[in-house]
Amino acid sequence: MPKTKYDKEYNVKQYLRERFFPHIWCPGCGHGIVLGSLLRAVEELGLDPTEIVMTSGIGCSARISGYVNFHSLHTIHGRALAFATGVKLSTPKLNLIVPMGDGDALAIGGNHFIHAARRNIDITAIVMNNRIYGMTGGQFSPLTGYGQKATTAPYSTIDNEFDVVKLATAAGASFVARSTTFHATECIDLIKKAISHKGFSVVEIFSQCPTHYGRKNKKGDASNMMELYKKTTVPIGSKKLEQDPSLIERGIFVDNKEAPEYCDEYEKIIQTAMKGRA
Amino acid sequence: MGKLKLKEHLIGRNWCKGCGICVHFCPKSVLELDDEDKAVAVRPEDCIYCKLCELRCPDLAIEVKIQKEDENE
Repeated sequence: MPKTKYDKEYNVKQYLRERFFPHIWCPGCGHGIVLGSLLRAVEELGLDPTEIVMTSGIGCSARISGYVNFHSLHTIHGRALAFATGVKLSTPKLNLIVPMGDGDALAIGGNHFIHAARRNIDITAIVMNNRIYGMTGGQFSPLTGYGQKATTAPYSTIDNEFDVVKLATAAGASFVARSTTFHATECIDLIKKAISHKGFSVVEIFSQCPTHYGRKNKKGDASNMMELYKKTTVPIGSKKLEQDPSLIERGIFVDNKEAPEYCDEYEKIIQTAMKGRA
Repeated sequence: MGKLKLKEHLIGRNWCKGCGICVHFCPKSVLELDDEDKAVAVRPEDCIYCKLCELRCPDLAIEVKIQKEDENE
């Protein structure tokens, strides 16, 4: 049931570069919902926009960095986490947020992704998973999944997909969560927790691409794709999983506050090397 | 705190791309697309200000403004 008498007022426009709107995303693209959730999370946390740095790579998702009125770096394909690592190590007090597409994060930037997770550096990575390379015309990505269609797989793909949550967990990320654009309020909550978490945080958000993935796979329009997210996902540990194990779990999978954070460890090395003179 | 009531649906017609997500998910069927494919609040009196349209609008084009009942404009 929707909440009634919901009196929370957001002002997301304060964080937008309004001169670049309307944005370039297609009608119904889920990336705009992720942008909205991210800005509401930042507003709820009351973060200083001048202490937020957003780095992004290439792709539809990466365009986010141009729309937000934070410090932003639109960098090279797959390498946003490498740039973010550099920024974070130079000035550890900054909040680093890295929006990434599925291909940008796990194909082109797969290596950077697992190594950022392994280091547990305090960066928030938001993987906007639309299961396709949208900007370049709908080629299949490592998250498209077996049996799905794409421009480059007209008879369906034979590639299995990554499970972002399991991959990030195994690589050492200390906060791992998943949600969908249908669950916009849950997204706000998870992004808030991910940004607040000290360590490498990964939030995977299923985001509909009605133009390519949806059209090729006959998933209907944007609203229908969001309805599918509602039907095919359940909160972690839901009883519905016993009847239907194919349902995908949402929520927080890993929240490890004990893992040493990379910048802290680096600072200790500096102090040791300088014998306390730093 | 006084009772809340709807002030207005602020819909940015330049930003709206007419995807219909707000229309589809509105639990009270308040919104519709007009002949230019822009979202319009046609039944604002039915609005329960759940703000699902605002939270799910991919174009950041809708704001549901509310006010306390005793406040006057």
